[in-house]
Amino acid sequence: MATGVAAWLPFARAAAIGWMPVANCPMPIAPRDNSRKQDELIILNVSGRRFQTWRTTLDRYPDTLLGSSEKDFFYNEETKEYFFDRDPDAFRSILNFYRTGKLHYPRHECISAYDEELTFFGIIPEIIGDCCYEEYKDRKRENLERLQDDQEENKDLKQPNLNFRETMWRAFENPHTSTLALVFYYVTGFFIAISVITNVVETVPCGTTTNQKDMPCGERYTVAFFCIDTACVMIFTVEYLLRLFAAPSRYRFMRSVMSIIDVVAILPYYIGLVMTNNEDVSGAFVTLRVFRVFRIFKFSRHSQGLRILGYTLKSCASELGFLLFSLTMAIIIFATVMFYAEKGSSSSKFTSIPASFWYTIVTMTTLGYGDMVPKTIAGKIFGSICSLSGVLVIALPVPVIVSNFSRIYHQNQRADKRRAQKKARLARIRIAKSGSANAFLQSKHNGLLNELLELTGSEEDEQKLIKSISLLKSQHHHLLRCLEKTTAHEFVDEQVYEQNCLETALQTYPSHSSSIASHDSPAVTCCGASGKKNTPLPNANLPLANPVPSHRGPLQELSALHIQSADPLSHTSSRSNLNLRTDESKRINCKSGRITTAIISLPTPPALAPDADGLHGPPQRRPPPPLGHPAAPSIQTTTSSAGTNIVKVSAL
Amino acid sequence: LSMVRHQPEGLDQLQAQTQFTRKELQSLYRGFKNECPSGLVDEETFKTIYSQFFPQGDATTYAHFLFNAFDMDRNGSIRFEDFVLGLSVLLRGSVTEKLRWAFNLYDINKDGYITKEEMLAIMTSIYDMMGRYTLPSVRDDSPFEHVEKFFQKMDRNRDGVVTIDEFIETCQRDENIMASMQLFENVI
Repeated sequence: MATGVAAWLPFARAAAIGWMPVANCPMPIAPRDNSRKQDELIILNVSGRRFQTWRTTLDRYPDTLLGSSEKDFFYNEETKEYFFDRDPDAFRSILNFYRTGKLHYPRHECISAYDEELTFFGIIPEIIGDCCYEEYKDRKRENLERLQDDQEENKDLKQPNLNFRETMWRAFENPHTSTLALVFYYVTGFFIAISVITNVVETVPCGTTTNQKDMPCGERYTVAFFCIDTACVMIFTVEYLLRLFAAPSRYRFMRSVMSIIDVVAILPYYIGLVMTNNEDVSGAFVTLRVFRVFRIFKFSRHSQGLRILGYTLKSCASELGFLLFSLTMAIIIFATVMFYAEKGSSSSKFTSIPASFWYTIVTMTTLGYGDMVPKTIAGKIFGSICSLSGVLVIALPVPVIVSNFSRIYHQNQRADKRRAQKKARLARIRIAKSGSANAFLQSKHNGLLNELLELTGSEEDEQKLIKSISLLKSQHHHLLRCLEKTTAHEFVDEQVYEQNCLETALQTYPSHSSSIASHDSPAVTCCGASGKKNTPLPNANLPLANPVPSHRGPLQELSALHIQSADPLSHTSSRSNLNLRTDESKRINCKSGRITTAIISLPTPPALAPDADGLHGPPQRRPPPPLGHPAAPSIQTTTSSAGTNIVKVSAL
Repeated sequence: LSMVRHQPEGLDQLQAQTQFTRKELQSLYRGFKNECPSGLVDEETFKTIYSQFFPQGDATTYAHFLFNAFDMDRNGSIRFEDFVLGLSVLLRGSVTEKLRWAFNLYDINKDGYITKEEMLAIMTSIYDMMGRYTLPSVRDDSPFEHVEKFFQKMDRNRDGVVTIDEFIETCQRDENIMASMQLFENVI
């Protein structure tokens, strides 16, 4: 339970007196508090260091070791204290959790030792407060990775029975696993280098022969180059096919970047083979040879640095995009200005605005080739402004982008980490604590079964059902039962509610007339003894069939559904004008459209506020009749965003 | 987070003003101070705390009314004295005092009369705490019906408002209400 609940439950129960004059039925009996002893100091002796705290402080969290009767196992009769043979330093933060409701992770503590302490005392680590949670998770992950690395090394040594395909894939991915893989790795690297060098050398003029003109080497030693090229492409093709064969998921492999690079590297050769004879497309064939330079990207399999560079470029794409955009703006502006400034002068090279683009770019990047220079005075003035601003426009964002690289790179990783952690963590907290509403319904139908069994006899069955619920819980349930009695309605599960909706929709839709009959039914179920026995029985059977409503539905997640106010105006009028009773009043709650149910945005109890999203504002609900009292919220049609509201669970 | 801090009156004075023993006051204050270290509860915190008890419904409007009932000097925050005085009435007071407190709760504008609109606001807020999944379903007019019944019972002279005397007199005649008033005697 959250600290708030435990401390304020007496207050909430006292305030329930406000319902009493309004209720029309007698209230259920309150659970007796048999342990009437006053709050006392408990001594906790942890390996010699004595901690003292109030009993009620520990009772705040009844599902932990210290809060439950489990600590009785550690009670030392002679010294009248609870003795734990654990680390007193770690115990400090655990005891502080009870005191403040927040669990902190002391940074000097070893992560696995701390985890053990938490497990021993029955505290789930997800409760760790925001201030320390990231650190905790980071350390935990590091630790896990370290352990995993050790495990993997051991694993690599002893792997007897991988099949051939998997062995091959492992060889491809980790060249260090076997000698053959290493050889393969170096051979492919060598051939990539050969191929790239060949492409480069092909174009070098090789010295004259009997012809006057210098021929590039490619044309002089055509056969040799062709053989080298063929050999390289053979190797690459074989490699690609082998990888394709060995890949565990062929489809995913084919979509990966590296395989696309492989394909692009070898495809031009085959296309060239197919198309050599046709003269028309030989021009295109020559163009295709450009793509052979992509073979250099195959080196990224061999170089970790290249991969990281590619990744960071990808992750900085927006910054680069912005730089490009601002540069383009500046270029266009200056090109236009220069064009119009130079329009007057004769024999100006600034023939059009696009032609001025070249000048602007060359000037702004401070290259200054000198092939285009302004001749008019205005042109020179604007030209100088252009070059000065070029320094600013280019030089300034570049360091920003460089620092952004590292920042964004790390931040990206951390943000993803945090998002994944947050989801998982909240899911765990929710799952661990989602018993609140369920607990009440469960205990209710247990109580009803008790009554049933009282009638039918059989003491043993009754004993089986009586579970020992904590006093706090039984008091809280009693409070909720009083509310049920006051309003003459019962809390139910979502499934039962839906079923009931269907039934009543079928029944009462044709008959709008008899209002009195439908009004009396709540009274019957509330106060009539005979009526009560009948209705709960079918309900009791239903939950028995599905004993534990599993994690689904807004009930567990404790967020009500959206408002659909199709016609707010008529609704308002029927509310404020009490004398005017229209047929709208008969509309049942479950028919969507007219009914405005409130959005329940539960602000978290202080102990379990996982994120700092803060409290939701006052929830949207029906407008109260005009009274002039301070808080008058209006109808708003909003839907609770399931993502954020699910988070805020009040755990009891 | 307000920087305002409030220290309560001395233990002796509070003991004189309320029906709690010294130990009870001590334990109450410890709980109160733990939750609200500044010594004051503002309305938002109060709503938060109260809503924790009713996870299926929306308790904020009723919490608002409760807040006004406890915040006797209407300064927007509940001090420990207000808290403990209210609790003293609710837990240790006589039935008449409790009924007076309830009347004060219902009488939103504290003019001494409960009108149908005020009662409807209170009733709606109570029904809101039930939430959506109830059996039978809470209909649009359920609060209104309830208010009608209430007024039929309480409003003797049929003038459309319930005065404190009508209220107390009617409640004293109703066994259910008298019995339920004693329900929370041993809460603390």
